[in-house]
Amino acid sequence: MSHKLLDIQHFLRGTFNQGIHPPENKHFTAGKPIERLAFPPQLILPLSQHAGKPSVALVRKGQEVARGEPIARADGFVSVPLHAPASGVVKDICLMPSARGPMVESIVLDVYAGDPQEVLYGTDVDVDAIPASDLMQAVQDTGLVGLGGAAFPTHVKLSVPEGCVIDTVLINGCECEPFLTTDHRLMIEQAADLVAGTRILMKAVGAQRAIIGTEDNKLDAVEAIQAVLKPDDVVSVKAVQTKYPQGAEKMLAKALVNREIPSGNFPSAVGLGVFNVATATQIGQLLPKKQGVIERVVTVTGPGIGRPGNYIVPIGTPIRFILDALGFEGSARHLIMGGPMMGGTVSSLDTPITKGCGGLLILNEHQLTTEEQMKRYPCINCGACVDACPMMLNPCEMGRMAHKAQYETMAERYHLNDCFECGSCSYVCPAAIPLVQYFRVAKSVNRTKAAAS
Amino acid sequence: MSEAVQLKTSPHLRGMHSVDKIMRHVVYALLPVSLFSVMQFGLSALALIVTSVLVCVGTEHFFCKRSGTESTVSDWSAVITGLLVALILPPGFPLWMAAVAAFVSIAVGKVFFGGLGYNVFNPALVGRAFAQAAFTVPITTWTPGMAHRRFLEFIPTTLTPPFLKPDFDAFQIWVESLKIDGYSGATPLAMMKFDHIEVDTLELFLGTLASSAGESSALLILLGGLYLAFRKMLNWKIPVAVLGSAFILSGIFYLQNPEVGLPIYPSPFFTVTSGGLMLGAVFMATDMVSSPVTPVGVWIYGILIGSLTVMIRLFGGLNEGVMYAILLGNAATPLINNLTQPRIYGATRKRKEKAA
Ligand code: SF4
Ligand code: SF4
Repeated sequence: MSHKLLDIQHFLRGTFNQGIHPPENKHFTAGKPIERLAFPPQLILPLSQHAGKPSVALVRKGQEVARGEPIARADGFVSVPLHAPASGVVKDICLMPSARGPMVESIVLDVYAGDPQEVLYGTDVDVDAIPASDLMQAVQDTGLVGLGGAAFPTHVKLSVPEGCVIDTVLINGCECEPFLTTDHRLMIEQAADLVAGTRILMKAVGAQRAIIGTEDNKLDAVEAIQAVLKPDDVVSVKAVQTKYPQGAEKMLAKALVNREIPSGNFPSAVGLGVFNVATATQIGQLLPKKQGVIERVVTVTGPGIGRPGNYIVPIGTPIRFILDALGFEGSARHLIMGGPMMGGTVSSLDTPITKGCGGLLILNEHQLTTEEQMKRYPCINCGACVDACPMMLNPCEMGRMAHKAQYETMAERYHLNDCFECGSCSYVCPAAIPLVQYFRVAKSVNRTKAAAS
Repeated sequence: MSEAVQLKTSPHLRGMHSVDKIMRHVVYALLPVSLFSVMQFGLSALALIVTSVLVCVGTEHFFCKRSGTESTVSDWSAVITGLLVALILPPGFPLWMAAVAAFVSIAVGKVFFGGLGYNVFNPALVGRAFAQAAFTVPITTWTPGMAHRRFLEFIPTTLTPPFLKPDFDAFQIWVESLKIDGYSGATPLAMMKFDHIEVDTLELFLGTLASSAGESSALLILLGGLYLAFRKMLNWKIPVAVLGSAFILSGIFYLQNPEVGLPIYPSPFFTVTSGGLMLGAVFMATDMVSSPVTPVGVWIYGILIGSLTVMIRLFGGLNEGVMYAILLGNAATPLINNLTQPRIYGATRKRKEKAA
């Protein structure tokens, strides 16, 4: 950190207002090239790994499937297909526990041991020849979804709303969550695919330029991408300040092109399309071969794991399998799916890696207990949360209102619905008030009320 | 499933600060100021500080126990109040009166409002305001610092028995025995206001003159404040706004001074280094609980306090205005917060029109 203070360039780089600087903790895995893990004996593939309607299974119990073969189809527009991540036989289609707790309909696949696991599916196509209008369908066929809890199908974002013109595509390579290095490694190792995917996305939404944005703690990634760009390329790469939550769509738009996405709108309202680095890279890899998503890169990291690193794992790999392979001795309570700021805990280690999961963070007992022993105080009005909120909300006031269950006032007067639950306010609060948790409750109560009336 | 299902929600990391840690560091920052006061005024100052802190902590503990809740003294905030109460009283203030002031500051200033986080006013100033009203004479009786026997004997007024008025005759004899040239018993502020004598600002800055127990050394107060600001435990904007506005406003008046004769208005340097302004700006106006949270509000609040202080000093009946200025600022805080809600990211025109 200290050298950053002297780095004048850092301060000249774009950024958003406010935000926080949690310890980056990327050193565990930032220098580790992406590695492939062995196939697990069994995969669990939930039919709903995305926002929208669950996929519809195309296979029966007992059926043999080849790696890459579609095993479920999309059900309507806001839905995606599912492909077999490994060759094997469908053991069952039944309810299995999911990371968040509830049981979900899943395809359970027994993987053939000793199979070379080559991808036999797919045909080479000339992407340049695909008309822009067909690209959305092509992306839907890959089954790609966005990162994070919501896991919004990628192709849905490609449909530009009536009356909007998208001039710029932003590729989000900020990875502002501490610990995670998936996007960092992808940018370094698969820069060519990333840029190819970016061009496809530009064509699909009709944008004239694209900017790949990353934080300035990943300048090696900037170099790697620059190396594959043409002179005077319409695709460019730009470093922004390292600050959480730089990787939020709205913050990135502000930092890269100084546009504010209006409250309650999508980036398209200001002519932007925002996609993740991992998404763009996968598009660059899958579309030219007409294949579907069968695996993804996951950062497995944290002080509680023996061999932290960046690993390619098939979708559906049970978390326990990955952790066992990497030397883990704790329990599910040590595990966080995603980053420490916005990720969720898992109900059981037997739940699988899904398409939207980019990281497994394993904390150690010491961290957990210090965290749990943090004493709660009443709000002391310190204003730290107000100074941290990237949306310029007033978490302090909202926290007090949440205490009195004035959820509607929070939404009407204090812009509760603009809170995207980044957790910055809870992070800085010296009174250890669970502000984000309050806001989540408030939102869901409001939603239930709205639905009831 | 053998393990208990435990679904915590994000964020799973916390920043470094906690309430007790912040409060503890404020105490650390106040220590040099307190030590300086002991060095300057001797045993009396020490007794004053110890009494005030003990009574504050004891009062808070007592009320917590009485209402059957866990004692909150471990958050250190009562210690801060105790220190501040002692530091804004005259060093020879009778101990029993100090104890009453300390009790009032916690009981009325804090517990009645619901404890830490709910108090509208800075508790120490509530105690001081009470003392100002109840013990008018002792609170305006100032002692010279650096008396040679200060570590051997108390200032006579210190040991006044409870519920009795201090013996000022004994005090006068004691003061005379010190044989300090030109000592009038007045603070630099009073001298300025009533006799138009301006003392050397540097002496004020270093703190070698008559004053409240801990208001004398602007330098040490500033250092304490800087320490806290660097650790992000104090909002630097508040002291900057208070001192800046006081400096500018009194500077404007200073320029109106007649060219001949004694100055009517003090120099801006005198304004910011004299009396309790420095201590108030750095350690009392910045009390988190009773100051605004919004970025703009903080500036307004600071400027309000700075200008009110100057106004009271120059035109009010009192020679010291910091206390009332901060209390007024505290009172205005909810309103300031309300009027200065930050413009949120992506606020739309439409929304603004609706609000208008
Ligand atoms: S969680 Fe919501 S309120 Fe808190 S800092 Fe993030 S956006 Fe602001
Ligand atoms: S950070 Fe916590 S204690 Fe400080 S104002 Fe916000 S809610 Fe209150």
